[in-house]
Amino acid sequence: MNAPTTKQFKDSDYKSDINPVWCPGCGDFHVLMSTTKALSSLGVPPENVAVISGIGCSSRIPAYTNCYGFHGVHGRSLALAAGLKVARPDLTVLAMSGDGDGFSIGGNHFLHACRRNIDMTYVVMDNRVYGMTKGQPSPTTEPDWDSALSPGGTGLSPFHPLVVALASGANFVAREFSGDIKGTAKTLVEAINHPGFSFVEILSPCVTFRPDEKEWKNTVHKAVVEPTDDPARAARRIMTDDGMNTGILYRGNRAPYRNKVTGKGSDPSVLEAMFEV
Amino acid sequence: MNTAKEALESISLAIIGSGGAGAMTAGGILLEAAGKSGWHGMMNRSVGPQIRGGEAAALLRFANHPVACMSETYDLLIAIDWKNANRFAAEMPLKSDGLIIADPSAGDVPVEVSGSGATIVEIPIKDLADSIPGGRENMIATGIAAGFIGLSVDHLMAVIAASLASKGEKAITASRACVELGMEYATKQKRTFTISHPRKLESGRWLITGNEAIGLGAIRGGVRFAAAYPITPATEVLEWLAPSLAEVGGALLQAEDELASINMAIGASYGGLPSITATSGPGLSLMLESLGLATAAEVPLVVVDVMRVGPSTGIATKSEQSDLNIAVYGMHGDAPHVVVAPLTVADCLYTAQWAVHLAEAMQVPVVVLSDQSLGQARVLMEKPANLAFFAKRKVWDDAGEQPYMRYAITADGVSPMALPGTAGGQYTADGLTHSPRGTPSTRSVDQESQMQKRHDKVANFEYGSHWGLIEGDGDTVILTWGSITGPAREAIRALAAEGINVKLVAMRLILPFPLDDLMASLEGAKRILVVEQNHTGQFFRHVKSHTDLPGEVRQFHRPGPHLIGAAEISRHIRDWVKS
Repeated sequence: MNAPTTKQFKDSDYKSDINPVWCPGCGDFHVLMSTTKALSSLGVPPENVAVISGIGCSSRIPAYTNCYGFHGVHGRSLALAAGLKVARPDLTVLAMSGDGDGFSIGGNHFLHACRRNIDMTYVVMDNRVYGMTKGQPSPTTEPDWDSALSPGGTGLSPFHPLVVALASGANFVAREFSGDIKGTAKTLVEAINHPGFSFVEILSPCVTFRPDEKEWKNTVHKAVVEPTDDPARAARRIMTDDGMNTGILYRGNRAPYRNKVTGKGSDPSVLEAMFEV
Repeated sequence: MNTAKEALESISLAIIGSGGAGAMTAGGILLEAAGKSGWHGMMNRSVGPQIRGGEAAALLRFANHPVACMSETYDLLIAIDWKNANRFAAEMPLKSDGLIIADPSAGDVPVEVSGSGATIVEIPIKDLADSIPGGRENMIATGIAAGFIGLSVDHLMAVIAASLASKGEKAITASRACVELGMEYATKQKRTFTISHPRKLESGRWLITGNEAIGLGAIRGGVRFAAAYPITPATEVLEWLAPSLAEVGGALLQAEDELASINMAIGASYGGLPSITATSGPGLSLMLESLGLATAAEVPLVVVDVMRVGPSTGIATKSEQSDLNIAVYGMHGDAPHVVVAPLTVADCLYTAQWAVHLAEAMQVPVVVLSDQSLGQARVLMEKPANLAFFAKRKVWDDAGEQPYMRYAITADGVSPMALPGTAGGQYTADGLTHSPRGTPSTRSVDQESQMQKRHDKVANFEYGSHWGLIEGDGDTVILTWGSITGPAREAIRALAAEGINVKLVAMRLILPFPLDDLMASLEGAKRILVVEQNHTGQFFRHVKSHTDLPGEVRQFHRPGPHLIGAAEISRHIRDWVKS
């Protein structure tokens, strides 16, 4: 056994020197800050953290951390993260992406990641718009939001990520607002510590294509209830809220996915006996 | 009554029955017993799309020499029933001096079968089974087959006892009685045959399918993680790997689709574990974008494509070599990677192990193009030697160059890879064009230098003699790749007996194209027949895009599902040489 580490980490130990591509005022800067704050308070060495993402503005986040990172293809962050965690159970694995990446092109993986319940944390920076492609409606965009791609709005009901997460079996469901850096960091610490698949939606305004979201700082409010481990109560709570309440809304106790690489096993030659005639 | 058995070099037989009748079980028992007798052999299956109640046929070939493919004509056909048999008839043409074993209670022999002119022998299979408590028709059929081909009763019983051990003594006793009864009927017949001069066992014998051999080769090469999404005819690779990886301390993760499975494998490999996934054409189509990611982010990965008839859903249960184009040219952008193809069932083990070695050594995705005719065939083979291909990744540790540059330009193009958990090695793997450090970049210097580095590491690698197989000599050459190697070998064997010498050149390395090695192997060739199983001649076009071939060149290719056989190939050569 190694002696427990006594080294204390600062938030800045988790931040790289690369300048983000994000617009000034983007909520994702705050998500980066709350993430580094959460990791330093957990005290996990940066090299033991992997930040995995897909494609989009928010998915640029791995390179802005000083952790191991993987900026993959569009929509597949959860699959990369699942493979990594099963192969390397010793690592703290965060998948971080956006509403288009996570709920549209990556929607199927979201359902199955919740079901599979691998011990990792999924953070979705939800700004209700495709930002990197300059302003198209995402699954969480309001039906009447006008854009060049969907003039007059899509007319579609927005996707409800928290309800879907709960229905699909996520073990921890929370909503936060990027501007609340301390509160978000605190929730991220709990999400990372909670066994199984933890899902945290962070409302993260897009100041460029959704300037109306600058108002979010005035409309978000803390959930006035304690987290529940009863999915039915959690579902009712989430379905009837205004989409702007923040906090930990569900904390389940389902056992995490068991299958993992142990590195301890027989020599491959034992497999040969089954072929001998 | 019983006269001396005719001794043959090779015997082919088929056992047919409706799905669930147990034809495949019977075939498996016969093949294993043959292995105990020191015979060589191979079994393939012909199944319809129905899960149960459709058609099923066990196609078997026994020989006194290693067999590389199924026969094109059959000596013996045993029908448990004739339901849907008309669908099989074209796949198992009988020799005119062949035998048809038919149960009169199952109705008339269909004209598709009787039209061969083979002799019909009536044996009441169903009544015989009913005469034994717990008796089964497929066990009667097993006994009949064993009686006709002269398999040892002791070997047969040993296999049955082992395979039915979990079902209890009663089941074993019933099966023994069935087999003995079937044998008794068969040995009464006028014409029976057996294998001449079976070779002595030396290193021991294995019974293995191509799909299992892929799995074992991968684990021997160091694979400890697999991601899986089921697809015919690749599923058995994954089903074999699931318990086997657990046994050696690894893990298999079932994915929700192929978009996920390839990314799970990439994620695990990024974490330091040699990783694999297996699929067929439709799955490979879905994986292409992420195959490009593994190429750009330089993540070692093995993707096995057990090819089936395409395009689209095609014929899931039948073989074709039509994914060469997508495997070689399918990715957008310029994406240097590696494509290899196993040549025989036994070679699946060798090629899979080599593929892991290549992927890890070059930090590149390697596509393995197997196909249904290899993957689902079960063969008796000599116990394979241990190979010296092991996963050896160039890993960075803190004694390495500082500051760490993940994509540093190096002499061989391979950059040391830091594994998560290594302090000071933190980087972000990226599919975006990146600088040596890994930082996203739009500068042409980064695009050009990283592209060149990825090209060089693959192009300059020393592939050695593993690029292909050269057998025999002569100025007439069969040039082929992958699974056609088997029938090509058999064709050359038959031609040699007629005094026509033909050289075999079979390519295992498809990409990067082994131009110099291939040209050296074709030096002095006057006739080259390029053989492959697809409609457009994908392999021929691939070769032609790199070089002109010497001498006169002809092509023989056609799509599946009907496998290209040795007799067809030898006919092409014979007609050509004699013209």
